Amino acid sequence: MPISIDIKSIEKRFVLRHTRSMKETFLWLLKGRRGDLYKKFSALEGVSFTVEQGETVALLGFNGSGKSTLLKHISGVMLPDAGTVRTRGRVAGLIEVGAGFHPDLSGRDNVFLNGSILGMSEKEIREQFDSIVEFSEIGEFIDTEVRFYSSGMYLRLAFAVAVHTNPDIFLIDEILAVGDEPFQKKCLAKIKELNEAGKTLVVVSHDLDMVSKVCDRGIVLERGRVVMDGEVGDAIAHIRAS
Amino acid sequence: MKMDVSTPDDGTVGLVSPGRGAGLRDVLSSRFLLKLLVDKEIKVRYRGSVIGLLWSYVKPGVQFIVFYIALGIFLGLEQSARNPGGLPNYAIYLFSGIVLVNFFSEALGNASRSIVMNGGLIKKIYLPRELFPVSAIWVSAIHFLPQIIILIVACLFAGWTPSVLQLGAAVVGFVIVALMATGLGLIFGAVNVYFRDAENLVDLLLMVATWASPVLYAWTTVRDQLGQTALNIYLLNPLTVGVETFHYAFWMPTADQTQALPPSFLSLWVPIALALSIVTLVLGQLLFRRLEGRFAQEL
Ligand SMILES: Nc1ncnc2c1ncn2[C@@H]1O[C@H](COP(=O)(O)OP(=O)(O)OP(=O)(O)O)[C@@H](O)[C@H]1O
Ligand SMILES: [Mg+2]
Repeated sequence: MPISIDIKSIEKRFVLRHTRSMKETFLWLLKGRRGDLYKKFSALEGVSFTVEQGETVALLGFNGSGKSTLLKHISGVMLPDAGTVRTRGRVAGLIEVGAGFHPDLSGRDNVFLNGSILGMSEKEIREQFDSIVEFSEIGEFIDTEVRFYSSGMYLRLAFAVAVHTNPDIFLIDEILAVGDEPFQKKCLAKIKELNEAGKTLVVVSHDLDMVSKVCDRGIVLERGRVVMDGEVGDAIAHIRAS
Repeated sequence: MKMDVSTPDDGTVGLVSPGRGAGLRDVLSSRFLLKLLVDKEIKVRYRGSVIGLLWSYVKPGVQFIVFYIALGIFLGLEQSARNPGGLPNYAIYLFSGIVLVNFFSEALGNASRSIVMNGGLIKKIYLPRELFPVSAIWVSAIHFLPQIIILIVACLFAGWTPSVLQLGAAVVGFVIVALMATGLGLIFGAVNVYFRDAENLVDLLLMVATWASPVLYAWTTVRDQLGQTALNIYLLNPLTVGVETFHYAFWMPTADQTQALPPSFLSLWVPIALALSIVTLVLGQLLFRRLEGRFAQEL
């Protein structure tokens, strides 16, 4: 199987204190940039793994363990300080509900905007438009400004657009939680369908039962390090045990 | 080229690093998204407003009338029997410069804020970030259009008969200013992510820009008051050159072509200004690409 995501020993360090004064920065520059200007900490340390095309991977770990940060590296939003990330094909990320949605625009305008942001062409969006609206079950609200939407409706439209971008790699970060039961089921069915079509899936979720239904493989992060990579059942057992 | 056929494909062929775009070239290939972002900007700005885009006619119109009355009549800059040293058709002189400076101010001001303003998106989804400054410039160009129309109407009333060369000069002048605004917009937009001082610095710059170009007075004042060297430095400012091309195209044909351009203006200063603004754009793109890697974590 061809490789879909290839991650080689990436490091990511963040600064702990962002506020900086001109004076501090100036002195630091004068001293020839010696030392760190800010206190830093590692959000990702020596993370390596490869995902083959068509795999379903769950990223697990406690709050702040670096899961979202890792997804942002796969989608290209962030670049690693060291190491390499490589991917194949179109990546669609549902990192947060409603990213790329503008509250003052109607649902219709937002479908176009969001679809285009996720890399669809004008033609693709026009072709898929009805199918997107149908999947979202938004119905007549499609011409309402999305700031009047409930958070579930937001999710529905965002998810509908994302699955219609026909991505090769689909990243989902903890967003299904706001959908109601029937819609969650529908999403899971759609995700399975995408997977059967050979798409790669990376899911971040604290809902371990859901994850065990969707994913085959589990990767556990702990303070930015991979501590476990194997069968999803074993990964969940590892999380539950710690 | 020798191909090594013996190595089996280990599945890594065709992998690419995400998040490393091709800069402004990516903007060209995402024209549809650019259009949507521009439409969004226009829609959002005039949301709930009754006269909508008409505001972009009203604002410069009022600005123009105020300046004209205060400076042209009260301060006596308009040429008249009592003031033979004044400029003929001062109203058109003023307006043709103001529209271009307005465009520059709006374009640069919005481009400088565009990255921080769209931070929510930039943090979550990867897309060519140059789209945001470029769409800010585009929106300003759309607002510039009604002003140009008002200007042309006023010119026609004043008996405007421009030559092709004059019209061409104005187009080049606009391009100079637009490139300059894009280049500076990329620079300040990127720096603003790290130091919010940048947008205040831009405001300051723009305030100075109105006075550092021959908008309210004629370029001859600079030569007469400060001498030839000062004039040369003055003409190194691409905005000054842009404004002068607009005077050349819109005002001079209404003022009996009496007023002269600065010496070797078309043959020397226009090419210099064009080169400077292209250099600014290239530098802006380079700096932007250096800084954009850390946008997502700094916003
Ligand atoms: N831009 C940033 N600047 C500084 N620190 C950051 C930044 N982004 C994330 N962090 C830090 O990196 C760590 C990992 O964050 P991340 O969002 O990846 O965690 P997570 O595993 O997704 O957690 P959760 O389960 O709560 O979503 C956290 O300590 C967070 O504070
Ligand atoms: Mg997270």
